[in-house]
Amino acid sequence: MHELSIAQNIVEIVEHYVPEPARSDVRSVRVRVGGLSGIVPESLEFSFSAIVAGTPLGSARLNIERVPAICRCEDCSMEFEAADFVFACPGCGGMHTRLISGSDLHVVDIELEEEPVQGP
Amino acid sequence: MSVITIERKVLEKNDEIARLNRALIEGHGLFSINIVSSPGAGKTSILERTIERLRGSVRIAVIEGDVQTDFDAQRVARYGVPAIQIVTHGGCHLEAKLVQDALARLDLKELDLLVIENVGNLVCPANYDLGEALKVVVLSTTEGDDKPLKYPVMFRNASVLIINKTDLLPYVSCDLETVRRNALQINPQLRIFETSCTTQTGIPEWCRWLEERSRRPS
Repeated sequence: MHELSIAQNIVEIVEHYVPEPARSDVRSVRVRVGGLSGIVPESLEFSFSAIVAGTPLGSARLNIERVPAICRCEDCSMEFEAADFVFACPGCGGMHTRLISGSDLHVVDIELEEEPVQGP
Repeated sequence: MSVITIERKVLEKNDEIARLNRALIEGHGLFSINIVSSPGAGKTSILERTIERLRGSVRIAVIEGDVQTDFDAQRVARYGVPAIQIVTHGGCHLEAKLVQDALARLDLKELDLLVIENVGNLVCPANYDLGEALKVVVLSTTEGDDKPLKYPVMFRNASVLIINKTDLLPYVSCDLETVRRNALQINPQLRIFETSCTTQTGIPEWCRWLEERSRRPS
């Protein structure tokens, strides 16, 4: 259940950017989660809502964008999605492939109800 | 509605401390590994066999991560090497900050090799860089040959795979060739060792590999 610790990190980033009085205006927090990040989105949503419940961020929702794991073959340059973690190139069968996206675990942006606030 | 654009890594804070740890470790000329596995795969036993074999030539220190108790640090300390226990009190993985605190308690200039034994778990430690040079994943033959496919992120992030408890192969339905094939499918760069801590098979090869990387340039 490290999603709890990941969610705690997300909350800390939000608190860093949104000063106390504006926190209750936070509607959603957009995060980008790669298919190879090892994160279970449902579990992350649950952890986030459990942490913010009863705090000024209580009405904030986590908005998760899933990013597929995309590899590029070093031999034939083909780009493909590593579905089910199969990293062999479907084009030439080569094993020399490099992950070019899908390990993301990023906070993208925060949406607020009211006027923009000045970040630190 | 208004939007604040952030674009920050969620684990930025951890990664920043990991960078500091790495600079500190490498700055002292130490080689370092982060050993990960399921509970009971044999991380501590491999470590004991390794220390027995290398303590004459390599100055080793160990950072032990466990959810509860300092049993593992006690086991390792019996071999006369500095061992720092981190108890996570329920936490399922080590984080860079915990390692940073442990590093402050070690005399790094008197060491060649730092071994961080992570909490037994093949999921969570994959996300957390601790500042180590590389990750070593241990898989025991009793866990089955499909494990790399079940926990791909960890096998993808590791540089070395140790297949342990090979002495039990006659009694378990685990095919070594299948383990190797599954692991290399996830990560073709994996360096694979096959060991038994009971018969010592494969331990010399693993220790030689580790010793070569831990020796200071003279």
